[in-house]
Amino acid sequence: MNDYQFPDKAGHFGQFGGRYVAETLMPALAELEEAYRKTQGDPAFQREFDYHLRHYVGRPSPLYFARRLTEHLGGAKIFLKREDLNHTGAHKINNTVGQALLARRMGKKKVIAETGAGQHGVATATVAALFGMECDVFMGTEDIRRQSLNVFRMKLLGARVHGVTSGTATLKDAMNDALRHWVTHVRDTFYVIGTVAGPHPYPEMVRDFQAVIGRETRQQILDAEKKLPDVAVACIGGGSNAMGLFYPFIKDSSVRLVGVEAAGHGVDTGKHAASIGAGKVGVLHGNKTFLLQSEDGQIEHAHSISAGLDYPGVGPEHAHLSDLERAEYVNVTDDEALEGFKLLTSLEGIIPALESAHAIAHVMKLAKELKKDQTIVVCLSGRGDKDIHTVAEAMGVNI
Amino acid sequence: MNRIESTFNKLKDQGRKALVPFVTAGDPSLEATARLIPALAEAGADIIELGVPFSDPMADGPTIQASSLRALEQGVTLKRILDMVAEVRKSCEVPIVLMGYFNPVFCYGVERFAADAGSAGVDGILIVDLPPEEAQEIRPYLKKHQIDFITLLAPTTPENRQRQLAAEAEGYIYYVSMTGVTGVATVNRDAIADAVTSLRQHSPVPVAVGFGVNSPETAAGIAAISDGVVVGSALIKKIEEADDTEAAIAQATTFVQALRRGIDQV
Repeated sequence: MNDYQFPDKAGHFGQFGGRYVAETLMPALAELEEAYRKTQGDPAFQREFDYHLRHYVGRPSPLYFARRLTEHLGGAKIFLKREDLNHTGAHKINNTVGQALLARRMGKKKVIAETGAGQHGVATATVAALFGMECDVFMGTEDIRRQSLNVFRMKLLGARVHGVTSGTATLKDAMNDALRHWVTHVRDTFYVIGTVAGPHPYPEMVRDFQAVIGRETRQQILDAEKKLPDVAVACIGGGSNAMGLFYPFIKDSSVRLVGVEAAGHGVDTGKHAASIGAGKVGVLHGNKTFLLQSEDGQIEHAHSISAGLDYPGVGPEHAHLSDLERAEYVNVTDDEALEGFKLLTSLEGIIPALESAHAIAHVMKLAKELKKDQTIVVCLSGRGDKDIHTVAEAMGVNI
Repeated sequence: MNRIESTFNKLKDQGRKALVPFVTAGDPSLEATARLIPALAEAGADIIELGVPFSDPMADGPTIQASSLRALEQGVTLKRILDMVAEVRKSCEVPIVLMGYFNPVFCYGVERFAADAGSAGVDGILIVDLPPEEAQEIRPYLKKHQIDFITLLAPTTPENRQRQLAAEAEGYIYYVSMTGVTGVATVNRDAIADAVTSLRQHSPVPVAVGFGVNSPETAAGIAAISDGVVVGSALIKKIEEADDTEAAIAQATTFVQALRRGIDQV
């Protein structure tokens, strides 16, 4: 792993990734890549990015030792990387600050985004307000129903929210419509993709912007425990919080990397979102990766109680890390995630996003298998306020 | 010489322009499509672009999205489309170009696809989300079975890239008339004329223009400045509006005849 250097020049992570888009978008992606490359070697851009992460987002986020959760599970020490404490309540803002700064450098004054749970939409609308940009967000009508609070937040922030009714009216369809809008307005519009998927250079760029999570975690755990963690765990929809956490640990071969996909009602039921666990290789939304699809290559519906994980694909670098067996990919069901949600809330006074509750649910299994002197870091990717209605519904409570 | 090349050669000799209608395979049914292909050829179509439906047609506007969905609801698969083409090919020589997205082809297996499409009598393929940079995984197989890989070029394509891609083009170049999805905006004829003129200088193959051509008048205007005109969404609307298969074929045929007359006035 010491020579891990992906993607290659064409944006491939082994057999995955790439740039599978219509010709109309190819020049825009080339322009984006060129602009991004310039910022990578530009200390002024990095300073600007760091400044906003520190003073606007509120970084570094704490690495919190979850003492009561640890004692309750009776195994490895559990540390939570508190991305839920970021401005806007999730890790998504790290990436949108980066992309908005890049858009500004490129002279683009209009940004668009797709969103599932609404976290990325809110994070994009937020930076659009901050930098005085026009913002259009595409969101499936099914998700609009599930996440009305975030919809209102986006509108307050000045964004236009476009309800997407095509297909399953969830994240994948929102991404289709965002791509359609982009192809129509490509000359003056910057597409802020919210996860480590899409055509090159998005998977690489979003990873790099999110890698602040893993860099901080690495330093913080070294400060706290004087050693690297034994396991790093994160939930995976597209996989941006996981990629952000994993990336700075990839060359540390002693650190197990575990991605937790959403098993919905169970991977054998057909109602799940476990693309690595139960999908096969295909091409969607500009990249080659594991997808939930029929035998004939039609994309199938994903299902998860968590809108943010409700996507039939996964970032190509995760697909590659799975191929390389550098990271393990497991999955937990809706019910297990709810248990994780309740446990963290009751033991630590931290209400996690349902996405992050998937990671917690896996830690509930994993911690017991490890020794007490071992450590697990978990990315608590977001806070759960947005999910209160969904959880109440699942518990049969009327609020 | 394959059917696409000989068709364009014949048109050139006659001083005429190509009419390339697009229909989604399986909308309203595969049986209807099997009848539509020869009927449209008879009505004046020179090449048929046959849409391979995909669940997530990212480059298409509402009309073709809905059409793809109807086809998928009929249980249409790439395999069944190829079987249908093979059947049609027994009695019809019109060039057939499959158009769609990469995933169904990738899932079918690129090598197997090229072999089966070749023996079915497919003449070309246009994969919207497979730019030349990613196409090496399929082009050698297509070449082996003499299937043209049709290249899309767009108004956003920079000049040096246009030149390079035009030089490598096979069959014909499909020039996308505007930035956008299929069937939504109207076309800007002057801008297209400039682009096509420049493309023709660098391309060994003819240039057809599509996206947004919705009437015999627009078709005539585009034909005057190019080698061919692709009409998709407007034709599919005729099929969509028809009450049954008979009416769909009749209305599609009438529309293609009108397009033909428009183009031939040029």
